[in-house]
Amino acid sequence: MVTIRLFAAYAELVGCDTVDIAVSAGATIGELLSEFRRQVPAAAPLPSRLLCAVNLAHVLPSHVLQPGDEVAILPPLAGG
Amino acid sequence: MSYLTDSPLTIEPLLDEVRSPERGGIASFLGVVRSELGGRAVLRLEYSAYREMAEAECARVVAEAEARWPVKVGLRHRLGTLEVGETAVIVIAAGGHRDEAFLACRQVIEALKRRVPIWKREHYADGGLDWVDPGALAPEQG
Repeated sequence: MVTIRLFAAYAELVGCDTVDIAVSAGATIGELLSEFRRQVPAAAPLPSRLLCAVNLAHVLPSHVLQPGDEVAILPPLAGG
Repeated sequence: MSYLTDSPLTIEPLLDEVRSPERGGIASFLGVVRSELGGRAVLRLEYSAYREMAEAECARVVAEAEARWPVKVGLRHRLGTLEVGETAVIVIAAGGHRDEAFLACRQVIEALKRRVPIWKREHYADGGLDWVDPGALAPEQG
C-alpha cells in the first residue's frame, strides 16, 4: 500500500489530501499513477502527464518505489 | 533557517544575511502580487505549498547557484493570503561583482518557478476564483 499526498487544485478535485493505493512491490511511479486513476474515479479529470515527487524530490515515471517512500502528485507549479 | 514564511517580506533582513565586506555586487529580485491576470482584475492571491519539499527544493536551488557562481544567495517565499502589491518572493545574490550577482539571481528565480512546489489561487474582482497554471499563460505572465 502506498499513500499518495495531493495538494492544491488536485486535493480539491479529488476531495482529500491523501489517498492509499494498493500496488505490488517494486512498482514504478507510472504504474502507481495507473492504479491511482483506476482506483480513484475522482482522479479522472487530471491531466495525462502528472508531476510526481518521491521523498521530497522530483522523479520520472520510471522511478521504482521502495517501502516507506513518501509519494506526492504535484499540480502545475506556480511559485514566485 | 526557513525559505518559507507566513509573515510579510521585507528586503533588509535578507540583505543582512548575504552582505559581507568582500561582496561588492548585490542583485535582487522581488516578485509582487500583480493587479491583473489575463485581463481580469485580481484582488488577492492565496499561496500554499508542499512545505517539506519546497524547503528541500529551495535549498537545492540555492546550493546549485552558490556552486556555479561565487555568490551568497538569500531566498524567501511567503505563503498565505497576499493583497495586490504585497511581496511574494525575494531573491538576493551577493558576489564580488555584478556579473555573478545578476546571473545567480536570475537563475534562482527561474529555478524556483520551475521546480519548487508552491501553488497560488487568484481571487478576482468579478468574484471568480482560479488556481493559477503558468503553463496555460503566456510566459511573461507566469
